[in-house]
Amino acid sequence: MRIHFKTTYDQDIRLFIDRWTFGVYAVLIVAAICMPFLLDEYLIGELISVLIWAVAGMGLMVLAGHTGQASLGHAAFLACGAYMEVWLQSKGVPFVISLPLSGLFAGIVGAIIAIPAIRMSGIYLAIATLAFGVITEDVIILLHDYTGGVEGVFVNPINLFGLEIERYTTPSYFYWLCLGVTILVTLGYVNLMRSSTGRAFVAIRDSEISARAIGINVALYKTISFGISCFITGIGGALLAHFLGFFNYEAFLILISIQLLLLIVIGGMGSIHGAFFGAIVIGFVPQLVTIIREMFTYSAIPGLDTGIFATLLVLIMLFEPQGIYGMWVKTRVWFELFPLARKDMFRRHRSYLKTERMK
Amino acid sequence: MEFLQLIVGGVANGCIYGLVALGFVLIYKATESVNFAQGDMMMIGAFITLQMVNAEYWAMPFLIGVLIATLLMTVFSYGLEVVVIRKLFGQPQFAVVILTIALGFVLRFIAGFIWGHEPLNLETPFAGQNLSILGIALSMDQVVTVAVTILLTGGLFLFFQKTKLGVAMQASSQNQLAAYYMGIPVKRVHGLIWALSGGIATIAGVLFAARGAIDPSLGLLGIKAFAAAVIGGFGSLPGAIAGGLIIGIIEPLAGRYFPAGYSQIAPYAIMLLVLVLRPNGLFSQIQAKKA
Amino acid sequence: MSVLQVNDLAKYFGGVKAVDGVSFDVQEGEVFTIIGPNGAGKSTIFNLISRFYDVTTGSIQFYDQELTRLRADQIAPLGIGRTFQNIELFDHSTVLQNLLVGRHAKRRSTFIENVLFTPRVRNEEREHRAAVEDIIEFLDLHAYRDKMIAGLPYGVRKICEIGRALACGPKLLMLDEPASGLSVEETQDVAFWIEDMQKDMGLTILMVEHDMSLVNQVSDRVLAMDEGKPIALGTPAEVQSDPKVVAAYLGVDGEAVE
Repeated sequence: MRIHFKTTYDQDIRLFIDRWTFGVYAVLIVAAICMPFLLDEYLIGELISVLIWAVAGMGLMVLAGHTGQASLGHAAFLACGAYMEVWLQSKGVPFVISLPLSGLFAGIVGAIIAIPAIRMSGIYLAIATLAFGVITEDVIILLHDYTGGVEGVFVNPINLFGLEIERYTTPSYFYWLCLGVTILVTLGYVNLMRSSTGRAFVAIRDSEISARAIGINVALYKTISFGISCFITGIGGALLAHFLGFFNYEAFLILISIQLLLLIVIGGMGSIHGAFFGAIVIGFVPQLVTIIREMFTYSAIPGLDTGIFATLLVLIMLFEPQGIYGMWVKTRVWFELFPLARKDMFRRHRSYLKTERMK
Repeated sequence: MEFLQLIVGGVANGCIYGLVALGFVLIYKATESVNFAQGDMMMIGAFITLQMVNAEYWAMPFLIGVLIATLLMTVFSYGLEVVVIRKLFGQPQFAVVILTIALGFVLRFIAGFIWGHEPLNLETPFAGQNLSILGIALSMDQVVTVAVTILLTGGLFLFFQKTKLGVAMQASSQNQLAAYYMGIPVKRVHGLIWALSGGIATIAGVLFAARGAIDPSLGLLGIKAFAAAVIGGFGSLPGAIAGGLIIGIIEPLAGRYFPAGYSQIAPYAIMLLVLVLRPNGLFSQIQAKKA
Repeated sequence: MSVLQVNDLAKYFGGVKAVDGVSFDVQEGEVFTIIGPNGAGKSTIFNLISRFYDVTTGSIQFYDQELTRLRADQIAPLGIGRTFQNIELFDHSTVLQNLLVGRHAKRRSTFIENVLFTPRVRNEEREHRAAVEDIIEFLDLHAYRDKMIAGLPYGVRKICEIGRALACGPKLLMLDEPASGLSVEETQDVAFWIEDMQKDMGLTILMVEHDMSLVNQVSDRVLAMDEGKPIALGTPAEVQSDPKVVAAYLGVDGEAVE
């Protein structure tokens, strides 16, 4: 086990606790940058989709994982980002400006949605956001003039300082672009969580009443959380628009919202790592399933992916509520403490007395 | 006359929404968790009935088929509570939300695997029969739907007022811990509530299937039933039926008098409006937590 | 000088008069304790001061500030920290993180600066950390600094909550039954800390407590309440010998005792 002898407060404040951790992440990032030289175009496409899922997942993680506010309709904000990006690109706005603007648009929509949403708690919020997600599908069709409705829209290729970036013609460039955006978003997220705003989010998640007692404006911080969450998801949406190239309302069905939720739960609620683990599962399990299925039958089984995801989710909820991140932490601790680890070190704490009805 | 005709159709639809909403509310009241798979339980119930009754499957007499399907779903729902949901007892509400959403998808997958994704029709003895009262054409299935809903709601009312188990369920819904201390087997009550709502879901499913084709995505109707439950106030059984009727009636009216596209939004828009104006539902039970 | 002035405070829940016409003032630097049987309205007064409840009538003044016009989250920044009867810590965070959240009222950076983690934020984080370390030192929480709250013993959690209340740099500290559920030794520690906070930190303390030995040891003045009404006010000894107080605790009519 590595023991951290803390000599300055900065050890807890800075990004990486020690050189070893820094090294691990540096190697990961270098490896990620090298991917286009190692993999073929198809796999790069898959990696891009993992990155976009991770960004969108981080968006939901801020809200659901760290602030404890459920959203079952987050695909709506994915749509906000995507359609805004299409519109801005069609007006010739440069990508460096259109990307943050698309995110900002989704963020503002999110903050507006938050105004009624912050007054709701628990299941009411879940139901309201679910309904919001369902309505979004219809609204996209109704706003046909802007969104292309059922027929769909094309997005112009990205022009970044004269460099043409397109998913099919220049997949490596698009991959690096997505990687860069993902790293930036992650960095911002980590920064948020190691400062007072992030702590306020977690406080609201764990006990609204003490959050208020220590001076946190719960309504304001929930709105900020909604805004940031939707901003990040909107950025994911803008990238998704370029990834798909051509899309219609079906890219933002309520199923996608559920899949986002599944992503953060499978990955591990309340951890940034979780969003990445979840994105990897969402991105690669369908491939894996196809490979396994083809050992038995070549005829497609409709809904198989969703069925397997859902079963996975049930198993995770029953046996490992902390998701893959939780398993990872446990495995790591087990090796670090070997042979001293005990089973009940990770016993789940239950709170029978906390009834939400009284909140 | 057209207006009345729309309303009659809406009432019949509303009864089905109301019954599904009743299932939500029952479980919510007793266990404080929401079963997002209620719509999918309805779908499975309808398909099991179809399996029993339809000529190309087992061709049982209609009522016997419905009875067996309802019993099967009751047992299945009880089992679901015991094996799966109970594991999350004491976990945050949100955990159950996610779990039941996932269960809904699993059920949908299973249904698709067994019965396929093509719409199927349930064969009922009253298909195609019509009545005419005061110039309004009623189809037999509409009449049956309304009649069954009234009978079922009345039966439930008596059950909760008169039977020992019903009273125990009510008690445990009001204060789980107190009920537990009073010697009410809270866990068993939870299982029975799930069983009950599984049975109701099946009946709702059968009523729905009597009026049109069903496919595995039928469960999405559950979202509309949510809207019904919220409009009626999540903790109230009569409210659930009332909310269902409101949604059921508004839907055809919106379809008739609003441009296409807006009618799908109408039920959710009303629900969101209710939530914005009364964040905890129309007849909320929520009180300020004593710190 | 009075820190807190409560005038004719009342709170009705429907027909139940939880607090009914209570007035008192807390002087700077004193330990003021409210005692009374269960349901006397002690915690309700705390929740009224914290603005979790709206007052039915009456006023609460903190220095020159009228509290009844503020939101709950505006109370801590004024310099009022509090604990809860049934510990309300953030269970899934470490002790250090809990104390750091307590510094919320002292933050100066906006969320956008937080996302960018500007040098200003970094410096602010160092300040928060230094302040929190002082509290850890004071309450002797070193051993638990990086432990999750969920796994800690009850007594330690109770102390952590006091620590979190101290983190906002309060002038007035409200302790809701600080000794409930603690062992005799732990209660003694709490008594010492209360004395230290009063004498060394110059804090004013408003406390609700049942443990009479603790009350006698630390309190300057005691207010006894019963059924929402004040029945006696004075030094611990005076209040304890008051026949109405004895009656309230024994559950008989005051006249019968006299």
